Amino acid sequence: MKHLVSVADLTKTEAIRILDTAMQLDQVTEHGAKKLPTLRGRTVVNLFYEDSTRTRLSFELAAKRLSADVITFSAKGSSVSKGESLKDTALTLQAMGADAVIIRHFASGAAHQMAHTGWIKAHIINAGDGTHEHPTQALLDAYTIRRHLAPHRQDFEGLTVGIVGDVLHSRVARSNIGLLSALGAKVIVVGPPTLMPVGVEEWPCEIRYQLDDSLPELDAIMMLRVQQERMNGSFFPSVEEYSREYGLNRIRASRLPDHAVVMHPGPMNRGVEITAEVADGHRSVITEQVANGVIVRMAVLYLLIGGGAHD
Amino acid sequence: MTEPSGILIQQALLYGESQVDIRISHGVITEIGADLEPRGEEITPAHGRVALPAFVDLHTHLREPGREDAETIRTGSQAAALGGFSAVFAMANTAPVADTAGVVEQVFRLGQEAGYVDVFPIGAVTVGLAGERLAEMGAMANSAAHVRVFSDDGNCVSDPLLMRRALEYVKTFGGVIAQHAQEPRLTEGAQMNEGELSGLLGLTGWPAVAEESIIARDILLASHVKSRLHVCHVSTAGSVELIKWAKSHGINVTAEVTPHHLLLTEDLVRNYDPVYKVNPPLRTNADVMALRKGLAEGTIDIVATDHAPHPHESKDCEWNYAAFGMLGLETALGAVTLAMRDQVGWNWHTLAQRMSITPANIGQAHEHGRPLEVGEIANIVLIDPIAERIIDPNKFASISRNSPYASMSLPTVVTDLIRRGQFIVRGGELCA
Repeated sequence: MKHLVSVADLTKTEAIRILDTAMQLDQVTEHGAKKLPTLRGRTVVNLFYEDSTRTRLSFELAAKRLSADVITFSAKGSSVSKGESLKDTALTLQAMGADAVIIRHFASGAAHQMAHTGWIKAHIINAGDGTHEHPTQALLDAYTIRRHLAPHRQDFEGLTVGIVGDVLHSRVARSNIGLLSALGAKVIVVGPPTLMPVGVEEWPCEIRYQLDDSLPELDAIMMLRVQQERMNGSFFPSVEEYSREYGLNRIRASRLPDHAVVMHPGPMNRGVEITAEVADGHRSVITEQVANGVIVRMAVLYLLIGGGAHD
Repeated sequence: MTEPSGILIQQALLYGESQVDIRISHGVITEIGADLEPRGEEITPAHGRVALPAFVDLHTHLREPGREDAETIRTGSQAAALGGFSAVFAMANTAPVADTAGVVEQVFRLGQEAGYVDVFPIGAVTVGLAGERLAEMGAMANSAAHVRVFSDDGNCVSDPLLMRRALEYVKTFGGVIAQHAQEPRLTEGAQMNEGELSGLLGLTGWPAVAEESIIARDILLASHVKSRLHVCHVSTAGSVELIKWAKSHGINVTAEVTPHHLLLTEDLVRNYDPVYKVNPPLRTNADVMALRKGLAEGTIDIVATDHAPHPHESKDCEWNYAAFGMLGLETALGAVTLAMRDQVGWNWHTLAQRMSITPANIGQAHEHGRPLEVGEIANIVLIDPIAERIIDPNKFASISRNSPYASMSLPTVVTDLIRRGQFIVRGGELCA
């Protein structure tokens, strides 16, 4: 495994290995070792074309806890409208000797191009490309699910995970559906048909348009963010109607099994896809997802550039 | 040294069939027969090579005026000649747009000055391709460029009333509207064919229905106002069905397909290489098969290249930001042959029909697409039917390099092009 662009890059064994490694790193850091020397002398570049404080900080922290040198390259705006091209940026980072580039970009496929067009030799980690994939988000979600629902197991056989909302535009959904199903979970995707991609019936998940009937089946429910630009795009009649049909409120949450957890990749629209009450409630593992993000990204960096993959 | 008084092509396979000599004098075919006696002409041995009427491309982007960094009328003409074309129709989406007599006359004149192929400008349907009001089509028709084909290609004439008026108006001078069928609202931000793959790749889909709904509407409009409709770059199986239906009802519609839509599928998008980004997008294998069958049967009348040059920077970037379009002129014959040679009923006659005779008829290029017969103007292409060619875009005459066939081996090679009795291409090279 040289790059992490898509969850499809991972075999089931590799995915489990990342989760196992994260588990070990979690134990090491819990026992006081905040910082490990593993990536000393390595340069990790955070290349962010799209604002994302949370993901950027998470990667930065992960790399720093492994003692890597971290540079943040914030390239806002499209590469065509202003500034240098993605290619030139890649060539520049190559010349500067980057060992790994963590890229977030508006355009689907940007991470794939960085990894496979020969512009740069560094390891490429996709931190979200357009509406394509966000593999480390899926890994941290899987890690969170494992800790709560399958702590002593490697696969997710018998678990059912609901993903609710805008699947069409969600890279989080794409990566999660791929990874969770590969790990053996049953994935149920719920949302209005307008927010389902054409061909979704071929995906390794079940498609439903109604949320209420599904709730008792779910061991975990993942609420997707409704992007501001969808709210005026005729994908649904109104935010209020969306919220009524697909929002997770106290009453709906109460119909989940007792052990079920509520997840959200953030940032949340409180009152739209999830009410504040549920987001802050006892089932919510949303802040834990953030903490797990750092651990899982440490594991990915360690395995990809720390040579851990070749042990 | 005196110039030879004509050309004697020896032992060519006429339409790939009988072996004949062809005598050309003063731009005209004067004799066809076995073992013709040389009379001081330039002798061209053509043993084993196929002689066809030179090709006509109804859909080319030459980029001049405005984007001479991508292509000029001169380089595009050279590319066309090397592809075996004696005439091309240049699309109107230049800068400035070819929406006035002045611009179309300039394009026409530059084509004549370049002197490789006849360049027939296509006029815009609406001012600035903006889809708001009709361009002065009459002025363009009556200009020295004698425009008969009108298109907003690149944009769809999506306003149904404007399309109706355009179809009606061109009846004045026997023109035709060539429609780029793309419902704009259904294709906002579209990047590739909409289907399972677009969902997986996270690229905004360009659904077949966006093409088919416009074609259906335009067929009905053409029928209603009894005018002529030409459908550009048909890309879906459903479109073929609609055109078949229209023809079976006697509606005056013609259609074109590009070489790339006959040969390539959306699977090529998987690597996000923008060289495969084109509009309409590459479709599924089922669409490709339907297009091939449609072309073989004649439901689709012609092949047109939609040759769309772009500078390297426009393709060496993120998929979403890359320009739509691919080169086509220098690879058209090879790509079409590779796609079509196993189709039932496909032979050199069909190829000549689809790439020369019918496109010349649709575009009213009366000197082109004529049968290879005594008394006809000598616009002839000679083809080596056995040779294969590894495509190297760096060797193209075109300024641009955005060919989807780079490193592919394509069958057949255009060896010679004769236009009005003069060699334009000889032995695979442009004549000076």
